[in-house]
Amino acid sequence: MSSHAAANPSKVWGGGHSPFNLSWGKMFMWIFLVSDAFTFSSLLIAYGYMRHRFTSIWPIPGDVFTHFPFIHGHVPLAYVGLMTFILIMSSVTMVLAVFAGHNHNRKSVLMWLGLTIIGGFMFLGSQAWEWYHFIEGSEKGAFVLADGRFARTDDLEPGVLMFQDHSKVEGAEAQELMATAKKNIIGANLTENEYGNTPLFANFFFFITGFHGFHVFSGVVLNIIVFILVYQGFNERKKDYELVEKVGLYWHFVDLVWVFVFTFFYLV
Amino acid sequence: MSNNHHAVAAEGGHDHGSLTTKLIWRVFWILLAVTIFEVAISFTGISKEVLMLTFIVLTIVKSYYIVGYFMHLKYEAVPFRWSILLPFILIVYLIFIALYEGSSLTMAPL
Repeated sequence: MSSHAAANPSKVWGGGHSPFNLSWGKMFMWIFLVSDAFTFSSLLIAYGYMRHRFTSIWPIPGDVFTHFPFIHGHVPLAYVGLMTFILIMSSVTMVLAVFAGHNHNRKSVLMWLGLTIIGGFMFLGSQAWEWYHFIEGSEKGAFVLADGRFARTDDLEPGVLMFQDHSKVEGAEAQELMATAKKNIIGANLTENEYGNTPLFANFFFFITGFHGFHVFSGVVLNIIVFILVYQGFNERKKDYELVEKVGLYWHFVDLVWVFVFTFFYLV
Repeated sequence: MSNNHHAVAAEGGHDHGSLTTKLIWRVFWILLAVTIFEVAISFTGISKEVLMLTFIVLTIVKSYYIVGYFMHLKYEAVPFRWSILLPFILIVYLIFIALYEGSSLTMAPL
């Protein structure tokens, strides 16, 4: 083994067959991603725990995320479905960039990585749009009635109050309830929201999608840095495109987390 | 350094010949189809329990494709694969504990 090491001084490993057969850079990216996966798992489990605790007053996501650009009316979950599509699509372009890197095809790497960056910006824009509508809320918002019950209004059905169990009150009775209500909540913030009679729902929404959005933002920044390096010929000179693989791992992870957020925050 | 890396890649079966562009696009279509299916069935009258179970199973299917093919874990060395996957037993345990303890929390007064 020592003679081998002398012939090839850069190879430190002397234990025969490498068990992981992976560069340290990629391995540490994986270890970081495992720890990050634990953070996201804990957040989603905490969400499920609290939702289970407050089932009776927890909003149904299908009643909350109903907006879609240029469409007047309720299109539940279609927009998040579109966001999922954008992120999966950008994951595909990223895997194609990694593939091109293996073939040392600089132009192809730049094209696919560029498309991935565009996809990342599209996703961030979509999230900003969704946050805007979540915070802005509806025209009339929700009411905490005199007897403590919580009722929402709907822009498409003016003058109608809807309770958590989807039972409705309309006409003079609704007017009376609204006039005597203790509180009118419009939109959402960290202390109250019009979607349900618990601040927790909005808190989890802001924290989980915000934490994920920040990961996407970091990913876009990393992708841009790698794009510039590839453009300047850094990887060409090194004859090694592993850098693209490392940011690729991170980017796919961000996509993976979104798949889980999509299921456990929006669908279930 | 780079020569060395390629030497390691060549001897360890670490080549990407197994992952082709055709396969990448096939995985994309699977992921897209599963997502559309999920959104579609959320509007049907299927009972909530069945829906939830379907969503969880389909999410695991999707993560298998993303981690296995896109993140390439399916083609990594077996000891490494297990080193990455086994720690997630702790997450399964956390879910179990949250469900187990959570049922007593639900009974507590508001």
